[in-house]
Amino acid sequence: MMQDAAMVEMEKVSKWFGAFRALKDVDLVVRRGEKYVVCGPSGSGKSTLIRLINRLETHDAGRVRVNGVDLDDDLRKVDAVRREVGMVFQSFNLFPHLTVLENLTLGPVWARNMPLHEANALAMQLLERVRIPEQAAKYPARLSGGQQQRVAIARALCMKPQLMLFDEPTSALDPEMIREVLDVMVELAHEGMTMIVVTHEMGFARTVADRIVFMDSGEIVESAPPGQFFSSPGTERARIFLSRVLGH
Amino acid sequence: MKLRSSDPRLRALVYQVSAAAATLLLGWFLISNTIENLAERNIASGFAFLDREAGFAIGETTFVPYSASGTYLEALTVGIANTLRVALIGIVAATVLGSLIGLARLSRNWLLAKLASGYVEFIRNVPLLVQLFFFYALIAEHTPVPREAIEFLPGWYLSNRGMFFPVPVFHAAHAWALAALAAGIATAVAFARWAARRRALTGGSLPVAEIALALVLGPPALTFIAMGTPLEFDVPRLSGFNFSGGVALTPEFTALTGGLILYTAAFIAEIVRAGILSIPRGQIEAACALGLRQRRILRFVILPQALRVIVPPLTNQYLNLTKNSSLAVAIGYPDLVSVANTTINQTGQAVEGVAIIMAVYLTITLTISVVMNWYNARMALRGQ
Amino acid sequence: MAAAPKKGSDPIFEWIRAKLFPSPLSSVATVLILYLAWQAIPPFIDWAFLDAIWRAPDSAACRAAAGACWVFVTEKYRFILFGTYPYEEHWRPALAIFLLITLWAASLAPMFWRRWLPLMWLAGLAAIGVLMWGGIGGLSYVENERWGGLVLTLLLTTFGIGGAFPLAVLLALARRSRMPVLQGLAVGFIELVRGVPLISLLFMASVMLPLFLPAGVSIDKLLRAQIALILFAAAYLAEVVRGGLQVVPRGQYEAADALGLSYWRKTVLVILPQALKIAIPPLVNSFIGLFKDTSLVLIIGLFDLLSTVKIVLTDPVWSGFGVEAYLFASLVYFVFCYAMSRYSQRLEWRLARAEGARPR
Repeated sequence: MMQDAAMVEMEKVSKWFGAFRALKDVDLVVRRGEKYVVCGPSGSGKSTLIRLINRLETHDAGRVRVNGVDLDDDLRKVDAVRREVGMVFQSFNLFPHLTVLENLTLGPVWARNMPLHEANALAMQLLERVRIPEQAAKYPARLSGGQQQRVAIARALCMKPQLMLFDEPTSALDPEMIREVLDVMVELAHEGMTMIVVTHEMGFARTVADRIVFMDSGEIVESAPPGQFFSSPGTERARIFLSRVLGH
Repeated sequence: MKLRSSDPRLRALVYQVSAAAATLLLGWFLISNTIENLAERNIASGFAFLDREAGFAIGETTFVPYSASGTYLEALTVGIANTLRVALIGIVAATVLGSLIGLARLSRNWLLAKLASGYVEFIRNVPLLVQLFFFYALIAEHTPVPREAIEFLPGWYLSNRGMFFPVPVFHAAHAWALAALAAGIATAVAFARWAARRRALTGGSLPVAEIALALVLGPPALTFIAMGTPLEFDVPRLSGFNFSGGVALTPEFTALTGGLILYTAAFIAEIVRAGILSIPRGQIEAACALGLRQRRILRFVILPQALRVIVPPLTNQYLNLTKNSSLAVAIGYPDLVSVANTTINQTGQAVEGVAIIMAVYLTITLTISVVMNWYNARMALRGQ
Repeated sequence: MAAAPKKGSDPIFEWIRAKLFPSPLSSVATVLILYLAWQAIPPFIDWAFLDAIWRAPDSAACRAAAGACWVFVTEKYRFILFGTYPYEEHWRPALAIFLLITLWAASLAPMFWRRWLPLMWLAGLAAIGVLMWGGIGGLSYVENERWGGLVLTLLLTTFGIGGAFPLAVLLALARRSRMPVLQGLAVGFIELVRGVPLISLLFMASVMLPLFLPAGVSIDKLLRAQIALILFAAAYLAEVVRGGLQVVPRGQYEAADALGLSYWRKTVLVILPQALKIAIPPLVNSFIGLFKDTSLVLIIGLFDLLSTVKIVLTDPVWSGFGVEAYLFASLVYFVFCYAMSRYSQRLEWRLARAEGARPR
């Protein structure tokens, strides 16, 4: 409840996929209300890093603490953490056999045991917030990519999370729809949500991020506020990456 | 380390232990009841009955000599041999017929395509047993007695006691010709390998297929001619009420095998058709654009990809045909299930009988599966 | 491939040329087929229709005639369809057949996939039970040993699939779980049942099940056959369901996990609905296959549709007309199976269409 209480604490975290070491002794602390953008070349371990936070991946060494809870094999702890952490995926992962409204109420009703009418009201409220209340009765397949991703954001928000994770949320979208999703994310940031976003959208990073974390080959190479990161990156690797990403 | 109910390892352990316990409990329950019931009905246990005299004759045998004074074990062996005979002939013939029908369905000729489609649709929607009964009735009721048998080819007779055809009498020259054939095949394979290596090194091409064919067919033909072309036929002759000599295919065998072949061929036709259709049109266009000729396109582009899609379901059909041959018991063909059924009826030892049937079939089906999986794996390695 | 018609040529002539004589080899095939048709079809029509006897008091007229003997069908169809069910009560199995067909047709239509479908099934099955057994409401009691023919075939198939389905889902989930004991048990059961012929399972049920039960407990033949059919179907359906489970994208599992749903809630609410929808076409195929497989109960002495046909043939009056008899049986099975397979194709097409549409 302290303003700068730590939301996520990672200490010397390592992860192996077989013989390949995806994360090498990573340290990370994200405080409540902070917005972190994680970037880097593909294969650098950025997705793996945030998936450790809601235990979609398991760490092999080190400690991962979310909201004061040490993540290990205890299922009850994992479920408790997952309820407080919302995730938005690159490929949306909406449930195709449920309507938009049902997609949103599934979590609150079945993971938080909320009464259905309350969940419905909450869901409609959030659909208004992402500006697509009229799509409530439709099936995801009938929505555009941008609309689907906004539904996915609303679905995560329906769980009233304390932390939102975004895994390349706009990478699978056509260019003209990226804007509408980023707008929702910016609003969310301004409302004070703690966010960790893996993305290539540097404009968004500049506007919203408190810190930019640059990763390469499983390590955090640089971690700096956007002003410093963009104008004078500390390391050669970051410089090369920036020139590539911002070049076109 | 504390064990808590939410620990997934503990949960997994609990689930598995309860499942194992439940299964063992059920097994114990069934077995103890069985032992009790068997004792009550005075039925023996164990496989000692296999050495007793069977006391029943078997209508037809395959390479295995048998008489009514043979043991149950011998009788069951005959049954297995009969099953394998039907299965092997059925698999080969059904594959050939099925492939042809599958290709016919894709033909540009409207009549051919429609005929093939009609055939497939009809066969697939009627139970196999009905079809077997139909064929048996057709042969039993609508073919003449041997006295008035139909001779539809010189020496080939069709009657309600079966189909008879002449077979060459075995002569030393045949053995030599077969040896020459084996040698020819080995040489052809070696030649093909050598030609492929040569092509890889120098790029020169030879008419491999034609030369290989000559290598395979030439030596046996030459040997045969050189030894004076001894070809004598054992022609079936009417003696009394039936034919003797030549090879006899009983109505039971004909109905069962013919029915199985026609039935399975319909399913294989669909598999072949799906396999060929699965190849994207773009592949063939790309191959044509490269300037490859038809035969090469077939061999390098179409066949490998089609086979990859075809082989798994084809294996399934082979297994189905083998299992379906057990319907012989309804037709009167003495396959394994028929013989085992008679054995069970005579000895009362149902448990052992059914166990034997299942064990044999499991062995056959697992063998076929293993062979086809090996073939599949080899294709996958080669291809990608 | 279809060439544009040349100017001034008759489109029908063009069609004939392109479809029947596209190449020399093909033309030979066409000619051959037409020749064979010419040789085979008129005699068949003579036999089956023109010279056939349709109605007669007994088979004497048939034996004298050269054509087919359809008297077999017209005289004996009641027995073939309903078995030894009492003659005056034939309306009951007839109504039961109608109810069953309606239930199945409704279940396969997407617009009926609501909450009350299972209730409808329970009510329907209860009604069928009352109709067939009787004993209440003024209906006379008919023991199930007297049930036979088409109604038995349909009942065996319906309860076969109904009983096998839940078992199949559990087996499929067990096979995919990473717990070795559960996986081993599931694989063992599935491969064992799939590796042996249905006949051996029917034999096992028929002669061995009585041995498995404690002395004094007996179950009747129909139930034994039904159990064998359920176990048989469960193994094959399990593989179909497993195929469906494999196609559900990983992202769905992850999204459900990210919401904090437990294993069973995730499986029932998110994964299974998707997997089963994908598996519908092969499921319907399994239904058709089981419908055909019920014909094997004849071998253990139950009186399904094929069995009743065979029984009529053993009557000396009707012996020798096997071809006509089995053609009739083929026709009945064909009508059912073909209708089901056509329906399944339409359903598949409709489902594929509904899933994919998206405004761009």
